[in-house]
Amino acid sequence: MTASANSTAEQKKFNIDTVEHAASTPGTPLPWAELGLKEDEYNRVVEILGRRPTAAELAMYSVMWSEHCSYKSSKVHLKQFGDKVTEKMKEHLLVGIGENAGVVDIGEGWAVTFKVESHNHPSFVEPYQGAATGVGGIVRDIISMGARPVAVMDPLRFGAIDHPDTARLVHGIVSGIGGYGNSLGLPNIGGEVVFDSVYQGNPLVNALAVGVMRHEDIRLANASGAGNKVVLFGARTGGDGIGGASVLASESFDDAKPSKRPAVQVGDPFAEKVLIECCLELFKASVVEGIQDLGAAGISCATSELASNGDGGMHVELTKVLLRDPSLTPGEILMSESQERMMAVVTPENVEAFEAIMDKWNVEYSWLGEVTGTGRLIIDWDGETIVDVDPRTVAHEGPVYNRPFHRPEWLDGVQSDSFSAERPFGGEAVKQAVLDLMASPNMCDKSWVTNQYDRYVQGNTALAMPDDAGVIRVDEETGLGVAISTDANGRYTYLNPYEGAKLALAESYRNVATSGARPMAVTDCLNFGSPEDPEVMWQFAEAVRGLADGCQELGVPVTGGNVSLYNQTGGVAIHPTPVVGVLGVFDDVARRTPSGWREDGQAIYLMGVTRDELDGSEFANLRGHLGGQPPKVDLQAEKLLGDLLINASRDGMIDSAHDLSEGGLAAALSEMALRFGVGARIGLDEVAERDGVDLFTLLFSESQARAVVSVARSEEVRFKDMCSARGFAHSRIGVVDTEIGALDFQGHFVLPLDELKEAHEGTLPKHFG
Amino acid sequence: MSTPLIGDYSAAPEDAALRAVLVGVITFPGTLDDRDAARAVRLAGGTAVELWHGDANLHDVDAVIIPGGFSYGDYLRAGAISRFAPLMEKVVDASKGGMPVLGICNGFQILTEAHLLPGSMIKNDHLKFMCRDQLLRVENNSTAWTSAYGQGEGMVIPLKNQDGQYVADEKTLDELEGEGRVVFRYDGFNPNGSRRDIAGITNAAGNVVGLMPHPEHAVEAGFGPDSSAGGDVALGGGTDGIGIFTSVLTSLVAGGK
Repeated sequence: MTASANSTAEQKKFNIDTVEHAASTPGTPLPWAELGLKEDEYNRVVEILGRRPTAAELAMYSVMWSEHCSYKSSKVHLKQFGDKVTEKMKEHLLVGIGENAGVVDIGEGWAVTFKVESHNHPSFVEPYQGAATGVGGIVRDIISMGARPVAVMDPLRFGAIDHPDTARLVHGIVSGIGGYGNSLGLPNIGGEVVFDSVYQGNPLVNALAVGVMRHEDIRLANASGAGNKVVLFGARTGGDGIGGASVLASESFDDAKPSKRPAVQVGDPFAEKVLIECCLELFKASVVEGIQDLGAAGISCATSELASNGDGGMHVELTKVLLRDPSLTPGEILMSESQERMMAVVTPENVEAFEAIMDKWNVEYSWLGEVTGTGRLIIDWDGETIVDVDPRTVAHEGPVYNRPFHRPEWLDGVQSDSFSAERPFGGEAVKQAVLDLMASPNMCDKSWVTNQYDRYVQGNTALAMPDDAGVIRVDEETGLGVAISTDANGRYTYLNPYEGAKLALAESYRNVATSGARPMAVTDCLNFGSPEDPEVMWQFAEAVRGLADGCQELGVPVTGGNVSLYNQTGGVAIHPTPVVGVLGVFDDVARRTPSGWREDGQAIYLMGVTRDELDGSEFANLRGHLGGQPPKVDLQAEKLLGDLLINASRDGMIDSAHDLSEGGLAAALSEMALRFGVGARIGLDEVAERDGVDLFTLLFSESQARAVVSVARSEEVRFKDMCSARGFAHSRIGVVDTEIGALDFQGHFVLPLDELKEAHEGTLPKHFG
Repeated sequence: MSTPLIGDYSAAPEDAALRAVLVGVITFPGTLDDRDAARAVRLAGGTAVELWHGDANLHDVDAVIIPGGFSYGDYLRAGAISRFAPLMEKVVDASKGGMPVLGICNGFQILTEAHLLPGSMIKNDHLKFMCRDQLLRVENNSTAWTSAYGQGEGMVIPLKNQDGQYVADEKTLDELEGEGRVVFRYDGFNPNGSRRDIAGITNAAGNVVGLMPHPEHAVEAGFGPDSSAGGDVALGGGTDGIGIFTSVLTSLVAGGK
């Protein structure tokens, strides 16, 4: 299917700016500012090259040195993720930060790769395509590692639920994720849906993908071996997404600027599905030496990264690129972010085998050039050199900014403004508060969203939403599998970025442990405002420090992720929102613990201690309050709780478990009862007295390191002994009752499950149809 | 062992006669549930054979499953391009000779496009993709694919599609009803606006069956729906769909295979 589709006659209509021409015309003005480069950055390009860049080189540098691709503002802080990793933490890491995605050894010869990325800006401009291509991009990262993608998750954050623009985004983004992910045959096993007016003009669309492979199948993005061939395959290159990374994802939105719609890519999930199967066949046949997906910065990124990660150089002919639109200039071809493309390095002996696999899957490809030993990346246009650079200067040696940051002056005022509104008192008032909480946008049932995603395909989904973590079986014979959860709390991080990032990690870790899996590794998607604002930069620095410290304390390394800055509109930034994904491992997914009880007579235990911690809580949020300090985080307690939950699950002591997070005990008990529609009798007076809090506070406080579990009668003694031996607070707070059809808070109020269910399930359909 | 082989495990008790039955599972570009259908065949005790849409023959299989997915992206009409695949010609011929053929979801759409089954699927009436555990009623247990069920028996299996609304003209619908060719009906809740709650139908001979919901996703305890038509099950314990696959294996063995 290889084609010489682009005739020479068509190419010649450009006035090509060759390297030779650039050297002889030093005074030619170039549009570096329009391409997003700062003056000093442009001057550095000139200094590196010893002449002005050609138009094509300028395109490459501008996009690769963009915030999105170069991490120039965040790099100095992200270093901590590497610096704070101990040898012990690296024990199970097969591939760490810096590759397309990290890879973790889960045992039995299996490896898992996973990563979360943002597609925030495109999803606001064009919700369906923005979200769809977000899924597509992260899935290609996973394929590039040599893995078969096995699941996706999507943490989503929207503006206020009743804002007129929110429905446009919710409908577009949810159907975009479904439309793309469902067509790829990837089960969607979890995520988050949060509504908060701070995300009104800047919705957060983060996409996580996970893939599995045998150890020997791991592939890396490097171009080695002079004489090996460089091939581009998949979809043709078009004019979509030009400047997506540099212009769209690296600037704030502003009313005065023109529409950025042309900078959004358009997805073709069918092409991607074919690409997945075709790549897996390439890996199985061992016919590719190195492989790289084309995402942000397209061919600029793929050629410069492959070349700089290899041991030589690369020489390609750009007119060989198959185009959708023959009028594209060389610079546009280099910058295009057309989806569903991959670049690979193939030895001459394997060319024929490679072509046979492409032909089987009807995938178009074109041989662009070869790996050289020159150390230079040379790109020709019809035989004339238009790019001649050291690839490392493009891919890895971009600018690094030590941006100024300082603690916001307003923070003292915010932190001293504790929640002081009147608290509901008495059974009826607390009952109403529970109903209001469970019907609220953030706590309501999310099946309106998740029912638009396929959770069954591939037949290995052992748990999915609404359970605490998504669980996927990896090995069908042994039951070996993984659990993943993603979490963040923008309000906590706004109140205290350092603690807030740790809290996100703690919740994600707790969720994975609650499902019964042992947490092993972390991926993160750091969503923040403009790094040019020193206060935002401080939030970023603090959050990264908190996350790195937290990972070290819990012993789980960050394996990769993504930074999304400039999430602000008209000078107002979003809440700092570090989304943390934790991956855990099961020896056998048959042991996984669901988040709801079903067996009559089982004892219900509350694990952990409740303090008066309502600042930043969902309840305070419902009262329109945001101030004070977030709940105290105690990672040693989290670790202990995690160990207990994992042991209890492995030894068959517990039949259900749910972590306590947003909405506290009230939300946990409601969700556990609604999971299978089974009620319980709950007695809270004893534990309220033990912890010195009233009924309302016990139900609504968001104290950390807590979980609710249900324990079979025969296992109670063993369970209590285990908790006592480890000195972890635990209290019997009730009994599962399959007859009453209610949560009976004895001595206070009775909450019929029908009433609770109606409140819980009605919210999203009411707003979105 | 290499990565793409996930999904090859079978724990079914061995029965040599059943295992000797070869059930082909066709993969088109964009097919998604092929490995799941193959797993269901293995769990039911048979042998699954991978077929490629471009294959020139059916590799001596005894029955064929056209699995779910979005073949060719469903960018035209669902199934409209796949019906022209070289192998579909062989499937049409074989089905006329009595070979059991099952189309699930996109496979059902392909069977209607290939005119092996009447009617067509259009977009769900609510216009959204929908994934849910769906209760069906077996309306005809005399087909090659439903003999393991009782007449009128219920089954809970996952439903997941965008274009699942079954439509046909009134005359065709009346014929289907009159000839007992409605094989599955949605029970209690019609999830997509399908005419007369139809979830699946058969041809006059009863060897070709198409249905929108996915029996292959309710075959293995722990990975199926949380409920079953027969009563309470454990988490993910719904296996009501396995009967579809045991039906074809046992009917082929009984027929002298």
